[in-house]
Amino acid sequence: MAILEIKDLSRAFGGVKAIDELDMHVESGEIVSVIGPNGAGKTTLFNLITGLLPTDGGEIVLDERNIVGLRPSQILALGIARTFQNVRLFPEMTVRENVMVAQHCRTRAGVIPAILRLNRREEAQIRKKAEETLAFFGSRLIGYRFDQTAISLSYANRRRLEIARAMASDPRIVLLDEPTAGMNPRETQEMTDLIGRLRDERKYTIVVIEHDMRVVKGVSDRVVALDYGKKIADGTYEEVAHNDRVIEAYLGRKAVAEA
Amino acid sequence: MAKVTGPSAKAEVSSKRELFPARPVDLRRAVKVGLSSGAAAVFVAAAGIVAKPRLGDIHIVDGVVFGYLILFAIPAILGHVAAKPPPQLEGFEATRPGPRNVLAGVIAGVLTGAALALFLLVAGNINLRPVLSNVSPPLIEKLSFGQSLGVAALILLGSGTALGLAGGALHLVPPLWRRAVFGGLVWVFAIGLLEDFFDEVLGNMGAGYVADFLYQRGGGLASVGGLLVFALFAALYAYLGHRKISVRTLVDRVPEDQRRGARLLIGAILLVLLLLVPQILGRFYSHTANVAGIFLLMALGLNIVVGLAGLLDLGYVAFFAVGSYTAAVFTSPGSPAFAPELTFFAALPAVVLAAAIAGILVGTPVLRMRGDYLAIVTLGFGEITRLIVLSDWAAPVFGAARGIRQVPNITIPAVGFEIVDPQHLFYVILVFLAFAVYASYALQDSRMGRAWMAIREDETVAEAMGVNVVAAKLWAFIIGAVFASLGGALYATQIGSVFPHGFAVIVSITVLVVIITGGLASVPGVILGSLVLVALPEILRQFEEYRFLIYGALLIFMMLNRPEGFIPSRRRMEELHEEEVGQDVWLRTQQERQSTEAG
Repeated sequence: MAILEIKDLSRAFGGVKAIDELDMHVESGEIVSVIGPNGAGKTTLFNLITGLLPTDGGEIVLDERNIVGLRPSQILALGIARTFQNVRLFPEMTVRENVMVAQHCRTRAGVIPAILRLNRREEAQIRKKAEETLAFFGSRLIGYRFDQTAISLSYANRRRLEIARAMASDPRIVLLDEPTAGMNPRETQEMTDLIGRLRDERKYTIVVIEHDMRVVKGVSDRVVALDYGKKIADGTYEEVAHNDRVIEAYLGRKAVAEA
Repeated sequence: MAKVTGPSAKAEVSSKRELFPARPVDLRRAVKVGLSSGAAAVFVAAAGIVAKPRLGDIHIVDGVVFGYLILFAIPAILGHVAAKPPPQLEGFEATRPGPRNVLAGVIAGVLTGAALALFLLVAGNINLRPVLSNVSPPLIEKLSFGQSLGVAALILLGSGTALGLAGGALHLVPPLWRRAVFGGLVWVFAIGLLEDFFDEVLGNMGAGYVADFLYQRGGGLASVGGLLVFALFAALYAYLGHRKISVRTLVDRVPEDQRRGARLLIGAILLVLLLLVPQILGRFYSHTANVAGIFLLMALGLNIVVGLAGLLDLGYVAFFAVGSYTAAVFTSPGSPAFAPELTFFAALPAVVLAAAIAGILVGTPVLRMRGDYLAIVTLGFGEITRLIVLSDWAAPVFGAARGIRQVPNITIPAVGFEIVDPQHLFYVILVFLAFAVYASYALQDSRMGRAWMAIREDETVAEAMGVNVVAAKLWAFIIGAVFASLGGALYATQIGSVFPHGFAVIVSITVLVVIITGGLASVPGVILGSLVLVALPEILRQFEEYRFLIYGALLIFMMLNRPEGFIPSRRRMEELHEEEVGQDVWLRTQQERQSTEAG
């Protein structure tokens, strides 16, 4: 059953069609990689799904409900969480607080309960859940790191923290935008394993934008290739990797002719 | 078996490594500092502080007057700055103090002295008054020490040089002694300058004889008193520096399980001291404390809007005005249109409600604005509020320029005790402040507090992470407005009337300067900021004319040297000094690795 269905989606920046009448779907519990050359519209697709950009036309259907036009916070509440290509944490907040923020839409206590200290139980729950989520990453983000500011973390840990933040919002679908960018081979391998664990242990449906083909090969149930905002291939890694249009998009027409 | 690298092994490695030669004191920088120093000295001279009656002639210590002191402190302090060794870099040998420090100090001193001498020669021969109105004949007389211009210019040059030399030579003194000398001098200056204040306070504490001993009546510290104060504080600084004691190390020394108790004890002592404050301060200075307290209440509110939520509101005075006018309308029999003549506490719900509505009215149109645009629009709202209460249109309700008079004093409900004395009003303000401080801390560590911080850090991501940005921003405005309106209501009853001219832009600016210099998002910083920037100027009334000059200078100094404020919130300090913190973190992980590997 398709948990997320994208129909006829379009978005242009000036004259450039970043997403051009795109159709795609994501099945519940699968890991889908979105690949494509630079400027193919991958990140724009994520921004449209999460409501950070308004669409020009088309539908994004989550569980038979069109989510186009909802605010990003409402979309998160419906269960789509994401990370960002250029890691966007809350730098001056602590590691724990970064994760606690993501539970905003799952909790209630407002200003007046906070002043009257009626929020203690909920605060304790938020805190506990944040710490449990961080423990998912082994010993990297726990202990004294709870109280460190996000800005003081190493690059790989910042990426992990961003994923932890997305996890804390209890999502059903997690959109990962280049989770291994800037990582060394060992960290990349770890991230590949982690993406698998996110699905197996957390039961998330995962859409991942990725440039590193070893990662794509390692994690994907299915690969979708974009070029100029259109879907040019959709299938298993093997199918897409040997698709002529995909090779052409990456290498140019001449290379395909020679091959 | 894991490799054990103890601290000794590490030290060996670093001693083996070849170090680059020490970086010398930069003489070109000394020239630059000297030129700035000269400019500063000429500025202070031309501002005429030296010859201002009741300001330039304040005696700090027997025979040392404020005017000359402030002028000649410039070459000494900047001589010291010019001679400061370059920052210690890793891999370089430490710069040892030597003749080059003294030389740098002399350079700065000579340039300062020369600038002053030049200024004197020019001002003595050409009438500068049309341009610089403070350059009066008495000023020139003061600057020339009763000598001819040429001799005086030489004296200025010579003394500048000598003071620069002294400032530079101070680097040859071991740091501990240097700190002691500085500490002693600063306290002598403060205690000498604040003679009236300390005289009153010591008198109220039943220690008037201490004041009699320290001060010569109406003329600053007596020589013996000055020496005593200097010796006392220098010794204190030397002792603390020697034992490496600071408040933080004292806190760390208390065992973990006793911290809570220690904190309660400190809180109790603070509370007792606070309750004694009006008695210690006396009537006049209690009034000053009340003014500072009202500003502090506003500052705590603005700290939520700007410090936590990052919404730069330059029209914050609008909410102060709303609180003042609502309180006045509801309590004063002199309210023109509608005068229910409620008591202060009965009117409070109306004040809070009006503030909340004002918060929403200001907050809603600016929801989509960020940064600079938000600042400009809120600035406009502040002015609009003032113009509305000043207008003829609203005159039937707010009385236009005549304002609303006869705002009654606060009456304590159950006992019917009317608060007339500022010493009693202090306690009422204290209760409001206690609530505001408590609420600030409670909100900081709440779901909404985190949402505010997230918006401050990155609004787009906050929204994408599920924060309802609209609601969170409106709540920030509402809370800020409520704090300010409570301050406004207290202000109205304190002075017994409200006028439009009391709500000018400068109130917003003052509160903003308080929280920025104090430390954004830091409650202790905001408290210290309002003491230094509101209470101190009230005590030092002689400086009224230079108040905003000092504010400006302080702001520039803080932005350059301590952008995180007097008492920063920990996180801001980390962001603004990222590299140092990064190094700390690295060291900590190294230690951790060592301990895990060894264990």
